[in-house]
Amino acid sequence: MSSVRLYTEFFKGFWKDNPAFRQLLGMCPLLAVTTSVLNGISMGIAMTFVLVCTSIVVSLIRKIVPNQVRIATFTIIIATFVTIADLFLKARFPPISKALGPYIPLIVVNCIILGRQEAFAKKNPLGRSFLDALGMGFGFTLALLLLGAIRESLGSGSILDIQILGTWFEPWVIMILPAGAFITLGFLIALMNLIDERLKKAA
Amino acid sequence: MNISAHMIIVLTVVSLFSGLSLVYMNEYAEPLIKINQEKAMKEAIFKVLPDAKDVEKIEQDGRVIFKTVNEAGELVGYAFVAEGSGYQGIIKIMVGINPELEKLTGIDILESVETPGLGAKITQDDFKSQFKGISVSPGIEYIKAKKPEKPNEIQAVTGATVSSRSVVNILNTTVKEIKEIVKKIEPSGEGENE
Repeated sequence: MSSVRLYTEFFKGFWKDNPAFRQLLGMCPLLAVTTSVLNGISMGIAMTFVLVCTSIVVSLIRKIVPNQVRIATFTIIIATFVTIADLFLKARFPPISKALGPYIPLIVVNCIILGRQEAFAKKNPLGRSFLDALGMGFGFTLALLLLGAIRESLGSGSILDIQILGTWFEPWVIMILPAGAFITLGFLIALMNLIDERLKKAA
Repeated sequence: MNISAHMIIVLTVVSLFSGLSLVYMNEYAEPLIKINQEKAMKEAIFKVLPDAKDVEKIEQDGRVIFKTVNEAGELVGYAFVAEGSGYQGIIKIMVGINPELEKLTGIDILESVETPGLGAKITQDDFKSQFKGISVSPGIEYIKAKKPEKPNEIQAVTGATVSSRSVVNILNTTVKEIKEIVKKIEPSGEGENE
């Protein structure tokens, strides 16, 4: 494990092990909140914050936590950071908190976070765990951003609430409904597989 | 060390730290959240009662009514939150009504989960502005696909009759209740500045 270069640890979350498109984790917030770019980014940042903080703590205490109670310990740590993020958004950014609704508290059960603790932070030193969490968080944020941008532009004709398509454009309502989320995700994963295949052939 | 003792100690210490940091965070966030909520409520009130400058909160029979006055201290109307079920979930509406309790001064949708692109149009100004100055006696009515003629009619959103009807029903039921309550609070106060 330690033979892996540090920058690989960071960048694997973007493409090779992208939590959304490759591991298909965290689908619930990914599909639910990406009706607009702003919602997607806010969700991504909140998730990254929780993931990075949890990974740091878990990596620091990894040697003293008994194996039998590790899941319970991780869950307490995750829940603490989620509550902190939730309270902070409510206090400082009430409109975002309102738009994301229950999906912030639901980060507690997001499998990306517990998954990274189990797969990485509990057996790797602080620096690597931090880079891994940061990369995964950014990778997920990127996925949310992409999905949000496609759905908002086609579903409402705008990006970040700024109208980019003229009045001639009749918004595709389906794009901001749940079905639009599934369709967009399917096309994006297909596109990623296609690019991967081409790259392999070229190599 | 005994493994059970080890587990108990680790979990206890982690929980203790978790609890402490949450207490600290809550101390910081709670007052801010309260301020935000009050601000949002006031903004909604001023939106439905544009002339209002100051708000007084009255609680009566389990209802909260906001009595509003303008700069000169004259009564400009009452605001209240009306709530009921829509097509998919609860719709919460802030309603402004004039001092005579005969005409609405405006409405604002505080919460709704109607279908995006259809029912969600009830949150847009095109729909909401129809309620400005609408007469509430004998009751608001909705018509489809043509311009309203009577002073108590609004035009339903095309393709979202259920959502439009829900708004109208919620308003009619709640306005009736509020009328009774306001009469109780101010038996002779009606129309004092007319």
